[in-house]
Amino acid sequence: MERFTSLTGVAAPLMRHNVDTDAIIPGRELMKVSKTGFAEGLFANWRYSDGERKEDPGFLLNRSPYRQAVILLAGHNFACGSSREVAAWALRDFGIRCVIAPSYGHIFHANCFRNGMLPVTLPIAQVEAIAAQVEQSGGQQPVTVDLESCTVTAPDGQRFPFTLADLHRTALLEGLDAISSTLRHADRIAAYQARDRARRPWVYDVPAG
Amino acid sequence: MPPARTMFEKVWDDHVVADLGQDTCLIHIDRHFLHELSGTMSFKELDDPPRPVRHPELTFATLDHVIETLPGRGYTTRIPGGDGFISGLREGTRKHGLRLFDLEHPYQGIVHVVSPELGIALPGTTLVCGDSHTCTVGGVGALAWGIGSTEGGHVLATQTLLLTRPQTMRVNFEGTLPTHVSAKDLVLHLIGRISADGGNGYAVEYAGSAVRALGVEGRLTLCNMGIEFSARMTFVAPDDTTLSYLAGRPFAPKGRAWEQAAAYWRALPSDRGARFDREVRIDCSGLAPQVTWGTSPEQETGVDGHVPDPARAADPVARQGMERALSYMGLQPGQALAGLPIEGAFIGSCTNSRLDDLRAAAAVLKGGRVPAGVKAICTPGSTQVKRAAEAEGIDRIFRAAGFEWRESGCSFCMSGGVKGEGFGVQQRVVSTTNRNFEGRQGPGVRSHLASPVTVAASALAGRIADVRHLRA
Repeated sequence: MERFTSLTGVAAPLMRHNVDTDAIIPGRELMKVSKTGFAEGLFANWRYSDGERKEDPGFLLNRSPYRQAVILLAGHNFACGSSREVAAWALRDFGIRCVIAPSYGHIFHANCFRNGMLPVTLPIAQVEAIAAQVEQSGGQQPVTVDLESCTVTAPDGQRFPFTLADLHRTALLEGLDAISSTLRHADRIAAYQARDRARRPWVYDVPAG
Repeated sequence: MPPARTMFEKVWDDHVVADLGQDTCLIHIDRHFLHELSGTMSFKELDDPPRPVRHPELTFATLDHVIETLPGRGYTTRIPGGDGFISGLREGTRKHGLRLFDLEHPYQGIVHVVSPELGIALPGTTLVCGDSHTCTVGGVGALAWGIGSTEGGHVLATQTLLLTRPQTMRVNFEGTLPTHVSAKDLVLHLIGRISADGGNGYAVEYAGSAVRALGVEGRLTLCNMGIEFSARMTFVAPDDTTLSYLAGRPFAPKGRAWEQAAAYWRALPSDRGARFDREVRIDCSGLAPQVTWGTSPEQETGVDGHVPDPARAADPVARQGMERALSYMGLQPGQALAGLPIEGAFIGSCTNSRLDDLRAAAAVLKGGRVPAGVKAICTPGSTQVKRAAEAEGIDRIFRAAGFEWRESGCSFCMSGGVKGEGFGVQQRVVSTTNRNFEGRQGPGVRSHLASPVTVAASALAGRIADVRHLRA
């Protein structure tokens, strides 16, 4: 997995609540047995007009400098809804590796850590303050997200600390593969299952159906 | 005396493989379900380096997301690019020796309909699937939630997941449900009242007299929209209703194993005095059938209600969201919902496609006829549901009323307007599904979520209708 340490660049303020993963990438855009190649489908229903691939100049990510966004600022419950991991892949393929929002759909949040992406949780007032500064500079002033120090630096230099479980932080910083990390606990899994089988044999002895 | 624990705490504690600190644990996964869309991608996690499936007997698979629902369907689909997912699941399950309920298998169906129906989802088990509506099977008392396809690969390889411990919430639905008000109305009302973000970070237990009175199928509907409440998981504690539902199902324990399991299940309900991080009480006795007006499930009201005015929203971001929703839905503030003309009606999806749902809808449809200009579709939740409904003559009632009677699959809920599996641009549709998101049922489609009886009554009226005012 690609490491995530620090990121500085254009932040796109998509300040809407409950942006769902169908909006991030619609169902019809998912049909590729692949983990890459989804940038074009990102926000397809909002980015393009009339179902064609004609860009709607009114949509944030079709405007300069937000086309080059590496960070997305969003409202409550970002990426709620469907579990489609393509939502994370499409953002990443577009170039966005970090989202800053007050809350997330829990499946998207978990998916980020499997794909070298960082979902930063900050209170809505702080996200709005950063978004306002970005907008004031027409998006020209960069935002920095640093995972070593767990801080977001707004365009005016103000720093906002955030928290993240050590496990997620280390996995991102070191680009760890989750399956390999877990298989280091293989003996504990086996011990648990031996214990649990005695308590709940019916979980493991599945009838033939 | 040991401390009083919630059901969530009991099940969580029994699944901790390793406590890794900061409320993060390696948690055992008892049951795993794959479908073609995410399951095919999960298998990729086992390719490089090559890894075996740790417990093939604990994973099940079926086809539901990409396959078509038209009669005579096959292993190919008109969805461009869709065929690779169907073949990918079939090849992956064969390679790794997993049970697959294939297209012609009598157990085929929408995963969340199939897993309780077959006794795969059981009380006090952890169950995951690469689909957000996996929380549905909390209706039988499982702790269940949706995951991404990479996490699915992790489960295949390790039979575990890394999780942070959620907080606990109990929602008490009290009172007797009025006629024509069902589980769908309860959950829409909950989300409307608390918000689509209200369950975020919580494991939510549904309790109270109204929930106890629901059959298992209603509880499955109630839990289905836990993800629309943004809950980590939603569940109902097992009781006699749950146990009688599960007894004798193909993959439920049998004989002595059943006795052992039942004893374990009986001890699961939250102890008296157990503390929840949040409790909510909802009085159901005066509840009207609910319907959504916007593009988030929280944008809903009673069917006798009106479209709210965004100008009255305090938060500017919320106001703009409402304005966008009204523009997408083609509605004006103050407009009555009942009476809005519709072009489509859909009964199906993992929310409302079980036998009780179809029976309730059929009771409304019987003897009626959908007017010209309304495309009405029913997709039973599983092949078993379809056959049981046909044995009762329910298909004939739907057909006589002008509904298409299709095969089981996700189709009109998620295919997003693929030819033959969606509605038209700007068409207004009343739907028993769970998502009124923009474009969910096709580009520009305006979906109003409601219960099966509300959809049936609306289909007959050709407009959003209050089923309580339907002729007897």
